Amino acid sequence: MSGIKDGVSRRGLMKGGAAAAAIGTAPLVFSRRAWAEKFRNDPGNAKSIKLGFNVPQTGAYADEGADELRAYKLAVKHLNGEGDGGLLTTMKPKSLKGNGVLGKKVEYVTGDTQTKSDAARASAKRMIEKDGVIMFSGGSSSGVAIAVQSLAQEMGVIFMCGLTHSNDTTGKDKRRYGFRHFFNAYMSGKALAPVLKETMGGERKAYHLTADYTWGWTQEESIKNSTEALGWKTVKAVRTPLGAGDFSQYITPVLNSGADVLILNHYGKDMVNSLTQAVQFGLRDKQVNGKSFEIVVPLYSRLMAQGAGKNIKGILGTTNWNWSLKDEGSKAFVKSFGQEYGFPPSQAAHTCYVQTLLYANACEMAGTFYPPEVIKALEGFKFDGMGNGPTEYRAADHQCFKSVLVVKGNEKPTSKFDLLEVVKEVPRSEVEYDPKIFGGELGPYKV
Amino acid sequence: MDAIVLQILNGLDKGGAYALIALGLTLIFGTLGVVNFAHGALFMLGAFCAVSFKKLLTLAEVTKVPSDLGFPVTKEVFYLEKWFGQTGLTIIDFAVPLAILISIPVMILIGLAMERGLVRHFYKRPHAEQILVTFGLAIVLQEIIKAIFGANPIPTPAPQFVSGSANIGEWLGLGQFVVYPWWRLIYLLFSLSVLAAVFSFLRFTTWGMVVRAGMQDRETVGLLGINIQKRFTIVFALAAVVAGLAGVMYTPILPPDYHMGMEFLVLSFVVVVVGGMGSLPGAVAAGFLLGILQSFASMNEVKSIFPGIDQIIIYLVAVIILLVRPRGLLGRKGVMET
Repeated sequence: MSGIKDGVSRRGLMKGGAAAAAIGTAPLVFSRRAWAEKFRNDPGNAKSIKLGFNVPQTGAYADEGADELRAYKLAVKHLNGEGDGGLLTTMKPKSLKGNGVLGKKVEYVTGDTQTKSDAARASAKRMIEKDGVIMFSGGSSSGVAIAVQSLAQEMGVIFMCGLTHSNDTTGKDKRRYGFRHFFNAYMSGKALAPVLKETMGGERKAYHLTADYTWGWTQEESIKNSTEALGWKTVKAVRTPLGAGDFSQYITPVLNSGADVLILNHYGKDMVNSLTQAVQFGLRDKQVNGKSFEIVVPLYSRLMAQGAGKNIKGILGTTNWNWSLKDEGSKAFVKSFGQEYGFPPSQAAHTCYVQTLLYANACEMAGTFYPPEVIKALEGFKFDGMGNGPTEYRAADHQCFKSVLVVKGNEKPTSKFDLLEVVKEVPRSEVEYDPKIFGGELGPYKV
Repeated sequence: MDAIVLQILNGLDKGGAYALIALGLTLIFGTLGVVNFAHGALFMLGAFCAVSFKKLLTLAEVTKVPSDLGFPVTKEVFYLEKWFGQTGLTIIDFAVPLAILISIPVMILIGLAMERGLVRHFYKRPHAEQILVTFGLAIVLQEIIKAIFGANPIPTPAPQFVSGSANIGEWLGLGQFVVYPWWRLIYLLFSLSVLAAVFSFLRFTTWGMVVRAGMQDRETVGLLGINIQKRFTIVFALAAVVAGLAGVMYTPILPPDYHMGMEFLVLSFVVVVVGGMGSLPGAVAAGFLLGILQSFASMNEVKSIFPGIDQIIIYLVAVIILLVRPRGLLGRKGVMET
């Protein structure tokens, strides 16, 4: 206190302190984008950034992975201002300028998930630690997506999910560093149920064959809930091993089970095999309970439909996106992809392309690559012109909400790609749900 | 009763495939003493003979036509359809059965190339080295097929007139629920015919008698001035043909992909071990036995008592049989024993 007595008043000291504090914090107030935080793989003054594309390049989903990779490469091209711009020409609102991201050229590395969680994690870890990627993306299996999403959280590098349909990805296993543009099993059930009622009636007996892993379980649960709400009864739900090959021993019990609908909660090769064999066993020609026996495939993809051949004709299911959509965004993407590769893109390709652009756009919005700020820019982000109509990245669970397509196998395809016919575009309001129903915690922004 | 009949049929057609692959495996092991882990790949190559033949039949005139998609799309007209009209389309429809004719010479060539080019260098090497090299070969073949045909299953349907199912229930007076696909019934008959032909060849021809003698005592047959090595090489090609035919005919049941051989290989090895290493009747009997057991284990009634039993039944039976009869069901003394 002696100083005060020596002529420095208490008021003067407080004024001086306030002035010093104001000067000290001025840079933070006036430069919103000057993040002093150090973060993993900060590109700093480098002229380029690296993205990691971790897709199945070998194994059962290799063809889907190849299509995803095509889409990623196209996205990088468009981000760097090359080509016709693709969805950059239709996306709104848009912060991207077609000069890379925040002025830095976009480069990429690729990895092979082999559709195995451990291989996918090892590949992602290599991308993060060795290649220094600032974001990674990829998909084709929910098991893989959930495994690498938790790695993303541990390492503080954002993961933009590719094709993953399990409720768990943005439900009980959601993570702050993981974002999903693709729809989920709950939405499939909600979108499909009214169409099922319309085409098959309200009194049906369903038999489920379900792939025995996270995606299959959540899809079975979601479809059961939706169909039982219609008044349908579930006769039996049988779990089948992943990659069973021959499903005859699981299909024959359906014949005398009293069921008049078979729901195949299978994807990829399993779906191709189980559907082909169910048709061979004459299920679609049968009359049970006075009704025509029906088969439903809740999650469709065009690549799977190609494998199942003519067996998919007239079979109902859902899909995230289809190249036959006529909105401006879809047309622009199909044109761009078709010019580059000579054929239309799959839904897997679409979601991967969109995810890459959304991440890049969020960096531009945040003005930084600092993950917590990029995450905040993505959370609650509302956009349009990307092929699914108005879409929102819900902040509470990092799930995109948009319209869902109910499709059926095309009875009269005009080309080898024209396999799915859009029956109905179900609006977002009909597939939305309370994020609390699936539980889970996003976790912290800063790791 | 319905369910039991259906599961027996399921087991028989699956058992037919196991038996055909296992027969080839045990034939190679019995003659050449080689544990051939590339045998599943031969099954897969057979299936891809059918795929390739169908691709050949469906070669098309491709024209690029403008579309409203913003890029030109391709339009294809099959040459066979263009040249022969409906007859051409009928030939395409019969691609799988016709592929049998193509697959026989192709599989003979592949079998000879595999034996002469690689396997013969490992006759006197330990079994572990044989397994490693043939397993490696299987992976190489798989990857080649994937590079050419992609990873997705390729639909290769049966001819239209046998694509439906037979109402077996009506034939047997069991009701309308016992139906079974025509093609699976054809597959069962086909596998029984091939098995009968191979057994007859080995049992009733002088050539087969020499091979059987060679399997019993190679040295003595050699001392009689017979080039047993040459015959064994042909046996390798024969085993390749049997596996290949099994693959060709399986394509309408399981749309083929590059990995299908590996899935059958593991089970076929268990079949061979259960049947008894080197025993041809043992391989066939075990093939059908394990096929039927696997089908029954998948019944909901069984799984409700023993959850997951369908996944382990084959291995469980193998363990039990090897504990009770270490040489397998019909195994010979001295085979793989020291």
